[in-house]
Amino acid sequence: MRHGKYPFVIGFLFAPVTLYVVFVIAPYAQAFQISMTNWRGLSAPQWVGFDNYRRLLDDGSFWKAVQHHGVLLLALPLITITIALFFSFLLNVGGKSSGGQRQGVWGAKFYRVVFFFPQVLAVAIIAVLFQMVYRPNESGLINGVLMKFGFDPVLFLIRPNLALWSIIAVLVWQAVGFYVVLFSAGMASIPGEIYEAAEMDGATKVTLFFRVTLPLLWDTLQVAWVYLGIAAFDAFAIVAVLSVDGGGPDGATTVLAMEIYRNAFVYSKYGYASAMGVALFFLTLTFAALTLRLTKRESVEY
Amino acid sequence: MSNTPEHPAELDRRTVLRRAAAVGMLATPAIGLLSACATSGDDKENEQVSGGTKSATNPLGAKEDAPIEVVIFNGGYGEKYATDVHEPLYKKAFPKSEVKHQATQAVSTVLQPRFAGGNPPEFVNNSGEKFLDFGALVNDGQLQDLTELWDAPSVDDPSKKVRDTVIPGIVEQGMFNTADGGRKPFVLYYVSTVYGIWYSGKLFKDNGWTAPTTFEQFKALCEQIKAKGITPYGYAGANAAYYQWNVILTQAAKIGGTDVLKNIDNLEDGAWKQDAVKQAAEAWAEIGAKYSDKSFEGLKHTDVQLRQNQGKVAFYPSGDWLENEQKKDTPAGFTYQLIPVPSLTASDKLPAAAIRAAGGEGYFVSSKSKNPRGGMEYMRQMLSKAGARGFTETVGAATVVPAGSDGFQFPPGVASAQAALKAAGKDVFNMLFDNWYKELDTEARTATNELMFGRIKADAFVERIQKRADAIKKDSSVTKFKR
Repeated sequence: MRHGKYPFVIGFLFAPVTLYVVFVIAPYAQAFQISMTNWRGLSAPQWVGFDNYRRLLDDGSFWKAVQHHGVLLLALPLITITIALFFSFLLNVGGKSSGGQRQGVWGAKFYRVVFFFPQVLAVAIIAVLFQMVYRPNESGLINGVLMKFGFDPVLFLIRPNLALWSIIAVLVWQAVGFYVVLFSAGMASIPGEIYEAAEMDGATKVTLFFRVTLPLLWDTLQVAWVYLGIAAFDAFAIVAVLSVDGGGPDGATTVLAMEIYRNAFVYSKYGYASAMGVALFFLTLTFAALTLRLTKRESVEY
Repeated sequence: MSNTPEHPAELDRRTVLRRAAAVGMLATPAIGLLSACATSGDDKENEQVSGGTKSATNPLGAKEDAPIEVVIFNGGYGEKYATDVHEPLYKKAFPKSEVKHQATQAVSTVLQPRFAGGNPPEFVNNSGEKFLDFGALVNDGQLQDLTELWDAPSVDDPSKKVRDTVIPGIVEQGMFNTADGGRKPFVLYYVSTVYGIWYSGKLFKDNGWTAPTTFEQFKALCEQIKAKGITPYGYAGANAAYYQWNVILTQAAKIGGTDVLKNIDNLEDGAWKQDAVKQAAEAWAEIGAKYSDKSFEGLKHTDVQLRQNQGKVAFYPSGDWLENEQKKDTPAGFTYQLIPVPSLTASDKLPAAAIRAAGGEGYFVSSKSKNPRGGMEYMRQMLSKAGARGFTETVGAATVVPAGSDGFQFPPGVASAQAALKAAGKDVFNMLFDNWYKELDTEARTATNELMFGRIKADAFVERIQKRADAIKKDSSVTKFKR
């Protein structure tokens, strides 16, 4: 019955592939094209070759944004994964064992739900919430308490050295829940006997974590790292809503998506913004390829 | 979400207006669209009516019995001011003429096909979210050159030209670059906006403070206010830094004359490094350092305005939409009052009363309509004392015709703004660079926060904005404007 296989397959693929080409591939291709023009949104675009890219080279805000992505790329996955691993370990295998089954700490089920809350909220809402949390006067959540005790308010989003880290903290807060769940699922599939055997040999919880859990979770970690890395290349919504003066103070929290947005929709420099978009595209791609290559190692079969 | 999603309804409309002006001034047209439509309609030119007899009461020579069609944007100001005030005025002047009235909330939807079909209405209130691109209309030759109107004698005093009955700078604001490189007035901006520094009349009265006119007095008063535990001065750094560069540049204009601003608008070399700008920046950096609050950089305009309403901030810079915007949050008896930016030195080029004012809400006459002279005459009636007064009485906002606002019972804030405008006399100015070059606006905002919250000094402030201005000047992809 191999007769008619191709029409059948093509018939199924036709709709999704067309949609994908029209709504994803074509805009990408068009971004490349527009990035070579000086299009301002109204009159017909003029071809300018690599002018926009040359201009990128001495655009201070562009490099500032790239630098911030560097910081985000290191800090966001590292902090998020560390915290998420710690919590999911506690939730799954951190408690006492009963009847040979490893258990989470007391109330683990409840915590699991709580951790997931931020993931359910829309990003814009999180940003607005944290405006209240970080507010630099007595009506801010943190500073209100600090000022009650007579301390000076901490200017979270205002001090240039602190602003980016305040943003990173929000990104971590929002991401942790998802990765706790992801890692929990990974841990749940590690057979209990392995823990049991290790424990009989006198392994402490720390040893259990580093010698058993971590190696067996490697694949999941790798995925998490790529996801978070890609998230580090975005961060637009939080920065746009939360930061002072759109990526400020003085560009201290700006990211590429913010600069793209500003150039396209505030300055109407669609050509230049597209060039930034193309740069961002290649940055993300390079990162994903590198991560997958560097973290490649034999996964443990069990 | 351009700029930042900051503005509540009232300011939203304003932003739209500002953008209307901004986008309109781009001489880059969306003519493609217009002509695309035109190809589907028949292209025959409208047959225009021949002129009427020019006379003292009809200086523009509108034909007495030719009808005119008026299209009003039915938005914040409604349509009543047209049906109840302006249209009857026209009817009274030309009893034989018929005025066709139409109101819409989507101007472009209704009018785009009319322009494309060569059958536009005489008079249009081009405003709201769906306004027609002024620049595109100019480039397509759709707008009537209003030079004749501005030079015509005014309705109330034939010895006075219409252009002398409006706030200085208003004619200028409606001027556009034409395709042949000229510059002509095409748009009438009708609603008045006055900028200054606001305080609570009640707070000042209770404490026996008097409004300062010089910088020395201003600083001395700030000292007293500070001693009371009130933050003397503040603006919102998070999204309203342009309120503050407006103050700094207004100060600069007062020190060095209005040419300072003209140079900035025209991207002249070293415009931002002019001594006046640097002096103004220095003066305000000191206010920022001594009399403001570091936390304001992280607050939005509504937050700081609320703090002023609560009596925690004394002075706040803004335009005269502030009172209406804050109506719900202002405690009883608050009494908004405006002072012009105080004069810095005794050798300032402009007097202490000098003030920044601009127009909003754009109106135009279609050059390709049947009766463009009638449209201009309608504008002349609008700009008469009775027309302006009627508008103000109907919608509660001041027009660009000061005589129309005389003696009208405005709420205290607008009243004080109008009084300040009147006191300023000829010394009224405006600036346009932020609408022309958004990038320069962004840079000025950022630099202003850096300056006012003490991270850079005046030298670095003018240096960095100048650098951006130079870059824009060199950028061939940015359309340049001159005034």
